[in-house]
Amino acid sequence: MKASTAGWVFAAPALTVIGVFFGLPVLAAFALSLTDFDIYALANPDNLRFVGFDNYLNLLQNPLFWRALGNTLYFVAVGVPLSVTVSLGAALLLHSKLGTFKPFFRTAYFAPVVTTVVAVAVIWRYLFHTRYGLVNWALSGLGIDPIDWLGDPTWAMPTIILFAVWKNFGYNMIIFLAGLQAIPEDLYEAARIDGASPWRQFRHVTLPMLGPVLLMVGILTLAGYFQLFAEPYVITQGGPLQSTVSVLYLMYEEGFKWWNLGNASAVAFLLFALMTAATSGLLWYARRKGVE
Amino acid sequence: MEPRLARAIVNGLLLGLAGLSLAPLLWMLSVSLMQPGEAASFPPPLLPSAPTLHNYHELFARVGMGRYLFNSFMIAALTTLIALLLNTMAGYAFAKLRFAGRERVFRGLLAALVIPAQVTMMPLFLMLKQLGLINTYAGAIVPGMAGIFGIFLVRQYARSIPDELLEAARIDGAGEFRIFFQIVLPALKPILVTLAIFSFLGAWNDFMWPLIVLSDSGLQTLPVALASLSREHVQDNELMMAGSVVTVLPVLLLFLVLQRYYLQGLLMGSVKG
Repeated sequence: MKASTAGWVFAAPALTVIGVFFGLPVLAAFALSLTDFDIYALANPDNLRFVGFDNYLNLLQNPLFWRALGNTLYFVAVGVPLSVTVSLGAALLLHSKLGTFKPFFRTAYFAPVVTTVVAVAVIWRYLFHTRYGLVNWALSGLGIDPIDWLGDPTWAMPTIILFAVWKNFGYNMIIFLAGLQAIPEDLYEAARIDGASPWRQFRHVTLPMLGPVLLMVGILTLAGYFQLFAEPYVITQGGPLQSTVSVLYLMYEEGFKWWNLGNASAVAFLLFALMTAATSGLLWYARRKGVE
Repeated sequence: MEPRLARAIVNGLLLGLAGLSLAPLLWMLSVSLMQPGEAASFPPPLLPSAPTLHNYHELFARVGMGRYLFNSFMIAALTTLIALLLNTMAGYAFAKLRFAGRERVFRGLLAALVIPAQVTMMPLFLMLKQLGLINTYAGAIVPGMAGIFGIFLVRQYARSIPDELLEAARIDGAGEFRIFFQIVLPALKPILVTLAIFSFLGAWNDFMWPLIVLSDSGLQTLPVALASLSREHVQDNELMMAGSVVTVLPVLLLFLVLQRYYLQGLLMGSVKG
């Protein structure tokens, strides 16, 4: 076997799987989003009709879609900066020369990342239980009246954001930690000789040197947070008053509860477009700021 | 700032953050050992008054948790084995074997990384329905059998295998498959462990796809079963916490034992990318 043939032979199985079970469905999803594929078409493909961009136009007139979009953007807009900040804070603490038992702390912070979302969401629902939850008990110690975390539309999404930050900060923390370790010590030395305070060292040495890592973490987190689904599915079932219905939650219900697969595909594509726009926006902003 | 004060603040914050990270998991463990109904009181008890394995017994004897555990293990293990083989072969090919269109195909793969998997779920469901794979292990495994991230990870690592080693084997008359299994695979061992953990954790923790493709209750994985259980048994906190322990513990242990490989892989996949 020639090396060039061997290359294709070795790459082909994986490429076939990706092509058949990912590439093809992406194209098919777009085609599907232009049809009225529903439970009748599922029973008999003859009932399938081409509807052009009607699914998209209908979505844009559907209040629940706007609600889901608003909820998702709220989750992203508050969750991503919070998550990145906590990750960076944890990484700075672990990087500090003053800390002890670092391997233990690193593992402890990372533990939530490897846990199963559904299982820890179940725990979270219990922690934030209005009557028996540990959180309200702790707050009552501070003299704060019990909050109906998951039953009050104003509190449900913030609770889910806290959950997501708790679950995910360890992941970005590891990446930041590697970035921090790559910053040459002489830069801090020079800054100290110039009399820079720790805060100014952070502002003028750490942050700029961390720029590319920060950008990458930002993009990864942004893309991940747009895909909010399991948390509201388990913790709040989209409620109360649809305050935690996310775009993917809507897609799941449209597709696999009501079997409007054409409509659900349109939802998926709009989410994809939104994610692309948001990440490109972030990249554009970073480039203008001179981060490479 | 006085050095001792600074040290106390840093260590205090480290400790506080560890408390926040671990408290929910520790409480889960504690409540899972309580008597039924014990946790539904105010103030919530921190430790079980008389620890019992009753909830675990209940889960396996009455709810059929053993079945879900088995399903999760089978699906995660099979996905991992297949993905390991296919991704390693492809990663090696993209790193070391010259073939027409290699760079173009690889760039195409990387570009496809931005497409969220959820876009594919509707057509994939219809496709698997045509193939009769809905409500089968195969249906749950199929999309995870190969992955761009895995190929990328192996490629990065395989580039460090010296070309001379492969050339020497070729001159000695070894076939490409023999080279792959006898020289390349042993050289890739560390990254294989890394990739295996990623695949296993990914498959074990996946929720949305198994939820869609496995509606028969006898085939459900732990996360899917736990989600539907938690809707039925909203009040049985102790039982639900035991279910969470069973779901979380295997992956947590896997991570604790092999964390060196996991963290190394995470960095290879991101920072060096």
